[in-house]
Amino acid sequence: MSEVIVITSGKGGVGKTTTSANVGTALALQGKRVVLIDADIGLRNLDVVMGLENRIVCDLVDVVEGRCRLNQALIKDKRFEGLYLLPAAQTRDKNAVSPEQMKKLCDTLREDFDYVLVDCPAGIEQGFKNAIAGADRALIVTTPEVSAVRDADRIIGLLESNGVSNMHLIINRVRMHMVKRGDMMAVEDVVGFLAVGLIGVVPDDENIVITTNKGEPATAEGTSLAGKAFRNIARRVLGEEVAYIDLNTSHNIVDRIKKVFGFSN
Amino acid sequence: MGRLDLSSLFGKKNNKSSEVAKDRLKLVLIHDRMNCSTELLEMMRTDILAVISKYVDIDTEELNIQISNMEYEEDGKKAPIYLQIFLLKI
Repeated sequence: MSEVIVITSGKGGVGKTTTSANVGTALALQGKRVVLIDADIGLRNLDVVMGLENRIVCDLVDVVEGRCRLNQALIKDKRFEGLYLLPAAQTRDKNAVSPEQMKKLCDTLREDFDYVLVDCPAGIEQGFKNAIAGADRALIVTTPEVSAVRDADRIIGLLESNGVSNMHLIINRVRMHMVKRGDMMAVEDVVGFLAVGLIGVVPDDENIVITTNKGEPATAEGTSLAGKAFRNIARRVLGEEVAYIDLNTSHNIVDRIKKVFGFSN
Repeated sequence: MGRLDLSSLFGKKNNKSSEVAKDRLKLVLIHDRMNCSTELLEMMRTDILAVISKYVDIDTEELNIQISNMEYEEDGKKAPIYLQIFLLKI
């Protein structure tokens, strides 16, 4: 029943960690038992995004190398019932773990959790191979930019050749006003290039910066549009059919006023 | 890389940057998906020239291999390769 999901992108800085934190939180809010694994060994970040950096006792590498037990390393998020984090080691590198060890770890966690979310490091080297080793499915995060879509295409090929064929696309940081004026590729364009099923469209949202500053997942508070988009992704992961948010509304105040007065197109 | 015709990128008058992005992305993806190294392209070029020059006299210095995005298939799976070869004596 339980699923191991890797969140990956190829390119760095497109929102893998933010997506992992928010989709994980949203799944926990849906009543699921969720563990987030930070597979970015050497550059750990999921702990700070989640606001759990002060609670780390031991990490993924300690567990794999047998220096501590799994349940000692798992940090329970007290704000969200059923949400746990397994932090990455900061002082080691990506070769500290092998794909076999990672697969074994995922399988052990499977017994205890409904969802195991693996936050994959950027790149296509060892860290990527480790992160996908135990995965049943993948969420590919990209942004509507040439470089990010190109890297996503590469990742899709690598996932296929590594036997992870269940994959879905999340298009992050969409700026509707730029799409409208023809200065950003539209969601349909990106989906067309990559030919992978869409599971989420997340608007570029200042709230992400604000909530990340505070170490609180945006999806936990009800108001932000990006937070809502992440909650919708979680529901789609659970198999629900959820309509896509109309990103044309509430994007900027001028458009909203125009719409009220019927000037909008 | 150098042999690829990039003129299709700049030939079209497009003031929308998203269109420019899409055109560039198309070519980049065709290239990436071909998984074709520069050495491989060079080998391909040499072989093609060798085969054709068995039958006709051609200019072995000049051969254009173009991967076109103009007739790029909707599903993104097919793109034509054009070869431009110059005959020496007609």
